[in-house]
Amino acid sequence: MGIIWNLDSMLGWIVMAVNFGSVILYGAMGEILTEKAGHLNLGVPGIMLCGGISGFAATFLYEQNTANPSGFVMLLLGLLSSIVAATLAGLIYAFLTITLKANQNVTGITLTTFGAGIAKHFGSVISAKSGSTAIRSALADEVFNAKIPFLSTNLGVVGKLLFNYGFLVYLAIILAILLQLFFNKTHQGLNLRAIGENPGTADAMGINVTGYKYAAILTGSAISGLGGFLYLVINNVQWSTALDIEGMGWLAVALVIFATWKPVNAIWGGYLFGFLSKAGAYAPTFITGIVISQHIWNMTPYIVTILVLIFVSFRMKRESRPPQALGLSYFREDR
Amino acid sequence: MPENKEAVRLRGISKTFGHVAANTNVNLSIRHGEILSLLGENGSGKTTLMNMLAGIYYPDEGEILIDDVPVQIKSPKDAFDNGIGMVHQHFKLIDVFTAAENIVLGENADRMKIDRKAVAAKIREICDKYGFDIDPDKKVYDMNVSQKQTLEIVKILYRGANILILDEPTAVLTPQESEKLFRVIRNMRDAGKAIVIITHKLQEVLSVSDRVAILRKGECVASIDTVNANEKILTEMMMGRKVDLNIERPEPVNPTKRLEIKNLTVRDREGNLALKDISFVANSGEILGIAGISGCGQKELLESVAGLAAVESGSIEYLPSDAVTPTELVGKNPKQIRELGVVLSFVPEDRLGMGLVGSMGMSENMMLKSYENGKTIFTEQKAPRELAGSIKDELEVQTPDIQTPVSRLSGGNVQKVLVGREIAAAPQVLMTAYAVRGLDINTSFTIYRLINEQKKKGVAVIFVGEDLDVLLALSDRILVLCEGRITGILDARTCTKEQVGLLMTGGTGVESNGAEQSK
Amino acid sequence: MRAMAQSKANKEPLVHVVRKEDTTTLKKWMLRVIAVAAALLVTGAFVFAVTGINPFNIYGAMVTGTFGTPRRIRNTIKTLTPLLCLGVGLAPAFKMKFWNIGAQGQMLVGALAASFVALTFRNLPGGVLIPLMGLGAILAGALWAVLPAIFKAFWNTNETLFTLMMNYIATFWVMYSVDVWKGESSGFASFKQIAKNAVMPVIAKENFYICTGIVLIVAALMYIYMKRTKHGYELAVVGESEKTARYAGINVKKVTIRTMVLSGAICGLCGFLTVSGIDFTLSHTMNNGFGFTAIVVAWLAKFNPFTMIGTSFMMVFFQNAASEISSMNANATEYLSNVISGIILFFLIGVEFFINYRLVFRKNGKEGK
Repeated sequence: MGIIWNLDSMLGWIVMAVNFGSVILYGAMGEILTEKAGHLNLGVPGIMLCGGISGFAATFLYEQNTANPSGFVMLLLGLLSSIVAATLAGLIYAFLTITLKANQNVTGITLTTFGAGIAKHFGSVISAKSGSTAIRSALADEVFNAKIPFLSTNLGVVGKLLFNYGFLVYLAIILAILLQLFFNKTHQGLNLRAIGENPGTADAMGINVTGYKYAAILTGSAISGLGGFLYLVINNVQWSTALDIEGMGWLAVALVIFATWKPVNAIWGGYLFGFLSKAGAYAPTFITGIVISQHIWNMTPYIVTILVLIFVSFRMKRESRPPQALGLSYFREDR
Repeated sequence: MPENKEAVRLRGISKTFGHVAANTNVNLSIRHGEILSLLGENGSGKTTLMNMLAGIYYPDEGEILIDDVPVQIKSPKDAFDNGIGMVHQHFKLIDVFTAAENIVLGENADRMKIDRKAVAAKIREICDKYGFDIDPDKKVYDMNVSQKQTLEIVKILYRGANILILDEPTAVLTPQESEKLFRVIRNMRDAGKAIVIITHKLQEVLSVSDRVAILRKGECVASIDTVNANEKILTEMMMGRKVDLNIERPEPVNPTKRLEIKNLTVRDREGNLALKDISFVANSGEILGIAGISGCGQKELLESVAGLAAVESGSIEYLPSDAVTPTELVGKNPKQIRELGVVLSFVPEDRLGMGLVGSMGMSENMMLKSYENGKTIFTEQKAPRELAGSIKDELEVQTPDIQTPVSRLSGGNVQKVLVGREIAAAPQVLMTAYAVRGLDINTSFTIYRLINEQKKKGVAVIFVGEDLDVLLALSDRILVLCEGRITGILDARTCTKEQVGLLMTGGTGVESNGAEQSK
Repeated sequence: MRAMAQSKANKEPLVHVVRKEDTTTLKKWMLRVIAVAAALLVTGAFVFAVTGINPFNIYGAMVTGTFGTPRRIRNTIKTLTPLLCLGVGLAPAFKMKFWNIGAQGQMLVGALAASFVALTFRNLPGGVLIPLMGLGAILAGALWAVLPAIFKAFWNTNETLFTLMMNYIATFWVMYSVDVWKGESSGFASFKQIAKNAVMPVIAKENFYICTGIVLIVAALMYIYMKRTKHGYELAVVGESEKTARYAGINVKKVTIRTMVLSGAICGLCGFLTVSGIDFTLSHTMNNGFGFTAIVVAWLAKFNPFTMIGTSFMMVFFQNAASEISSMNANATEYLSNVISGIILFFLIGVEFFINYRLVFRKNGKEGK
């Protein structure tokens, strides 16, 4: 066994890691927001699939049915349609678990089944109609994967490493930082965290528990949905790859724990997960004499997450624990 | 005395839960610059009534007027907007937040960003005005009970409450801490605030309030100025008849050493020392009362005898009446203690969360400590059913059926089921924690009677209580705990409440949060 | 500020929610039937909207999908068998309030172990090999479940998330093993070719009837275990309150671990039954994600193994319906089964609210009851 250094391959690996990591990061940010409100949403993979198919369908059909599709309209259509579909999927979960106080685990798992069904159904209908499985939207690819001009090409390694991504990747970082500031510095963030810790207390302080929960879950779903769409973007807006979004969704759930519910930690955590999940393709260029299967590499993010979960429960700070009321439904007159 | 301006008027308020009427046609007024005691025994609907002002419940019928204007209070937010703040008996605080973060929760701020400096300044202003002392950056999980209560009050003042409701505020405080609280409450009254104190303690009503309203079975039966009241009048109004509130205390018959605790040191679940090197003896045929502020080691004391706590060092020796060699209980779990033939009965504080299984019926709950009877892998069905039936009849447990989940029973009936089961085991040692908390007077006296019966049978009783009057009346000796140490063991027939209170805070009378020196 | 609050707060709330605990069993089932009926209407409308198929044909397809031919009935039993097995496996864990989301992974490692045994000892006679495969699967499933149980028991590690992660490790492990075994033998696609002795004997023309029999026996035993035995009592107490369990002298750690070993073992058994009697091969997509469906099956049945026969049948029924519909029209795909199951489940999950709570509407200040 030996190790060989290969700069180009490493650059490619890192770029892939950041791209895929950002998909997981979007999913995880949405889930962090949801879990801070005390709701464990195992429907994230379903929501991401809904966001993905909707964004894809809108961009693809627009390009197919318009003579001169505009890049700007494409941009709006892609983002809005994935946000709307993901929010609607989140609304099902929110209505059942908040208003009807349903069991969160069961509802979430059902939502993932449902969302996967919706996405795969419409995906295959569109494919069948177009007579090809490799359908893609070329313009959307161009718009969403536009690299930063000059910086991405003229700065050598630094350019390739830092400026070689579509704008959604940078947006994810900004969003994570904003989310962290929101939790720690604002009244609304504090109120939301209080709901996740103890909704009874939050309610007694005059906080609109139901309103906050809806807002958090719907916004969270919208953010997760963008992750589903980004998955298509980094795969050149080609539908046939999209069925792997479900796996990304479960990684997002894992990333929330890995990041101990802190969005900024989720940035590098997401990249690490992306790095590990692409190891199957890239590691063989670095490691010789031994073949490690793609499947074994794919396991590693989950193993790492379990280790973090165990580490967190061995306990140090109370502040890194899951929200105290996570998974419990709230009824004001129950006390 | 000039009549103060009316802050709140309740008109014909009714509230029903399922088939139980919690409040029926209540009329009540609360005035500015006045301390009103809302008196009534447990279960008389005091808390429910005030929860409707605080927006937790919504009345089925009736009208609420604030400063003569009719209002609808649908949520705690509406209550805050109307200047109403309530300190609930179970504190509503977020453990992982600091004091300041708890205080600004739910505030209608103009800007999104929390201005921590301004918040701290405003908190300091409130503290200075009324005489509070809190550290805005301290996390709630690092606070003691008294500090948490202070935080609760500051929290509602910060939100601009003019009408303050305090639900059983002294339940967890020492007499000295209570006095300090009353001083602050009087300061707030003098500043023109309307204050309601929910309580079932008569002395408290007489010492702090200006006026007292009495609730009985969900109805407001009277409202009188405190100057015209005395304990006898209040008791009669509360109960609707003359009652003898004296607790019987039979002389111990031939007490012999039953339990001997030597140099016991115990850690709690978080790993902190809960009991530090304590030694005492519990005798047969005697009631040993345990006094102490909440969280000073009573729970760990009972749990370590019951085999439920992590004993670090020391010994707990059990002496059966007919033997000379003691049995060591340390290091054994409840099952192993049972297998030694030691019958320890334990009525824990958390009845439905520890002593009983809420979702199971009486019958299945009877099996909790005896489910292993019988040689097969199957549980016995008949014996527990018969026991449940006899307890239901003898203690008059109100339940539709012995299979009805016990969580659906009222608090008093739940306690009857629990005490009934523990006594039916024919114990040699009976331990009770807050055995009458939340119970109405009749049920409380049933419990006292049952405990005294056990005492007369020669059982060693350990009675952890919070109401010092009851402890002084029921116990033979009182052991006082403070921060995990024994600060005194007194003869309950001769000691005073003040003596016990001082020992509860360490015996010096000087305490970190400044309880006053008394002589 | 106050004036504003008053003007805003001048209307009484329109709907008021009250908890109710006295819903009769008959009423509960009526509500659930209503929910299914409503779900069927929505399903019909949805499928019509996306495929244009006449709703009556959709409902017809639902019936024929399951009952159309004797073969379909047999297929229904065949699909139902592993789902019921997983539901029964989850029952004791859920009753203990241990959220075992890991049935999928426990099933997969069970199937993996059974396949490993089958391929390694393929020359042993079936009477020895098949029980050996079962044993391997049970051990593997139990092992997969005991890890999260140990961490839950000793360090209170969140079991929902732990078992969830274990699923994916199992999935990738199975994918890896399948790659390896496929590389070794082209006959891996069916054990009937490369490991004949590992295949369940045929009864009445089908291999899976023995599996169904085993699952029914396990379900009945589980019912008795949970209702009548000391172990069953212990796990029910632990599920209600750990504090109560300790108070009663129950060793919570032991019960947690023991119950999860049992739960994982039965899920592992399901993997073995699938490999030996249903699929005759190993695949990470085996049983179509039933490890997750079983969670819903167990929950809807309130953890009662006998009720699970009904709830798992319902799930299979709708799955059959969807595959029947998917053959009717180019706009209908096999994935509609997930959508239809999802809709039905959303309604069944939602209706629990109306079983546990009552809505009180206000009119003219009076309560409508």
